[in-house]
Amino acid sequence: MLVLITRRLLEVIPVLLLIATITFFMVRLAPGGPFSEERNAPPEVLENLNAHYGLDQPLFRQYLNYLGNLARGDLGPSFRLQGRSVNELIRGAFPVSLELGAYAMLVALIFGMAAGITASLRPNTRLDYVPMSFAMAGICFPTFVLGPILVLVFGLWLGWVNASGWSEPSDRVLPALTLGAFYTAYIARLTRGGMLETLSLDFVRTARAKGLPEKVVVLKHALRVGVLPVVSYLGPAMAGLISGSFVVETVFNIPGLGQFFVQGAFNRDYTLVLGTVLFYATLIIFLNLAVDVVQLLLNPKIRHG
Amino acid sequence: MADAPFASSRNPAPAARSPWRQAGRRLRENRMALAAVLILALLGLAAALAPWISPHEYFQQDLDKGATPPSREHWLGTDILGRDLLTRVLHGGRISFMVGLCATAVSLGIGVIYGALSGYAGGKTDSVMMRTVDILYSLPFTVFVILLMVFFGRSLLLLFLAIGAVEWLTMARIVRGQVLSLRHQTFIEAAQVLGLPRRRILLRHLIPNAMGPIIVYTTLTIPSVMLLEAFLSFLGLGVQPPMSSWGLLIKEGAETMEYYPWLLIFPGLIFALTLFCLNFLGDGLRDALDPRANRGSSGS
Repeated sequence: MLVLITRRLLEVIPVLLLIATITFFMVRLAPGGPFSEERNAPPEVLENLNAHYGLDQPLFRQYLNYLGNLARGDLGPSFRLQGRSVNELIRGAFPVSLELGAYAMLVALIFGMAAGITASLRPNTRLDYVPMSFAMAGICFPTFVLGPILVLVFGLWLGWVNASGWSEPSDRVLPALTLGAFYTAYIARLTRGGMLETLSLDFVRTARAKGLPEKVVVLKHALRVGVLPVVSYLGPAMAGLISGSFVVETVFNIPGLGQFFVQGAFNRDYTLVLGTVLFYATLIIFLNLAVDVVQLLLNPKIRHG
Repeated sequence: MADAPFASSRNPAPAARSPWRQAGRRLRENRMALAAVLILALLGLAAALAPWISPHEYFQQDLDKGATPPSREHWLGTDILGRDLLTRVLHGGRISFMVGLCATAVSLGIGVIYGALSGYAGGKTDSVMMRTVDILYSLPFTVFVILLMVFFGRSLLLLFLAIGAVEWLTMARIVRGQVLSLRHQTFIEAAQVLGLPRRRILLRHLIPNAMGPIIVYTTLTIPSVMLLEAFLSFLGLGVQPPMSSWGLLIKEGAETMEYYPWLLIFPGLIFALTLFCLNFLGDGLRDALDPRANRGSSGS
């Protein structure tokens, strides 16, 4: 297992380098620049701005500079939000996104697994159909439909919570539900499938034959194996949560990293875009690695084989 | 993973009737899937015929009127500029379906060819190709699509290509799994012994035999592609007005939902209904074409 982790860790560096390179040149080769919108500025000002940020140097030189700074963990200054570094911006905004994502994941795991287990215990009865119909609906209502509708109903019509913002604890409820809905639904389906398959296996019958209480059989014996599809879905789910947060942060006006990224892209803030992309990529790669390790720990077949 | 059930999914029972016939029968017995097909056909037809059947022109504004709730003249109401919402929803559906189909076609092409080559080549080539897919899987691809759309203009063609380029990965895995399990069957060995060129073996013998899972997964790719298009349009990066797509209509509706909720609710519901039907059809097709596959661990 150590070998596997080391090999994966070594892979991270070339992958990140590749991403940095692709993003760097993609962003630079596109028409327009961070200061091209300031049409009224005299040419000398633009020249000074470009010189200040090193944009007047040859592209390849800039690329090397960027990589040099990157190696030291410095993502450079933001081009549009003057006086702030990208590191600073990410440090400020990421905790917000992380909190949102964590709540959403929590919602998804708790409700999704509970619904999935319930459905798998009595397949093809009402206990199965009702949660699974909700799950199908959850899959079909995208965040950008669900979010505004929730705001409309609970924020504007009923007035139970604020329609947007991120200051009070109750502001967390709607965004977390919106972001978590799809994953709740998907995890419910995965859990149901995994549990149905597992509950018919011999070792579960053995556990029942030993006279163990049903609760122990289901939650301790069967769940361990039945939950494997969910675990392998966690990696893609977390990557999905990140892109989902772009929409949710926009809908609820939450000052998270997703909003910064979308704004940065619109403003052609090269360093901010590059920095966020690299940050997201690193995050996702490491999350995937963590998921793989958990999978190994859970699955005796892989662990001992 | 989503492709696991397909890896062992070849139907081993050579019944008197062809597997396709049996699958067709199983699909017809699935009422939900049939209803889904029917609704999709209606929606698709309405969208395709939008220019001829829609009650108004999609760019026709009536500023004096402004946004009005549903009425006899405007069944779904009008938007802030006085444009008929039903007309815009129909025209939006045209774009949404078109993006869904075209981008799926792109991803289908890339995924099937890549997966088949990888599975057929086997050995080192295969493991390098699949490791690449694994790595690509772990990248924040939506982020790249957003960058592409922002920096290189918002053309529809680019949208197809960008979405298609993102969505081919799972297809590649599924096709590879199929080809791997078919590769050493006697009919392929026979083809090899006959000296058929590799291209012909791939196109005429391997891919047709992997058709079941390919069809199922294609049906499931369409909704996720439409979702991605709507997502981009919602962020203001996809289709631009006065053209409309469902994502764009939902975005516009969300901006003014406090005063004109129907502008959000109708496009949102129709979009959700479409996704619902496509997912149901995909599930139904999987049950029909691949009865042994596990329903729970499906991709969507």
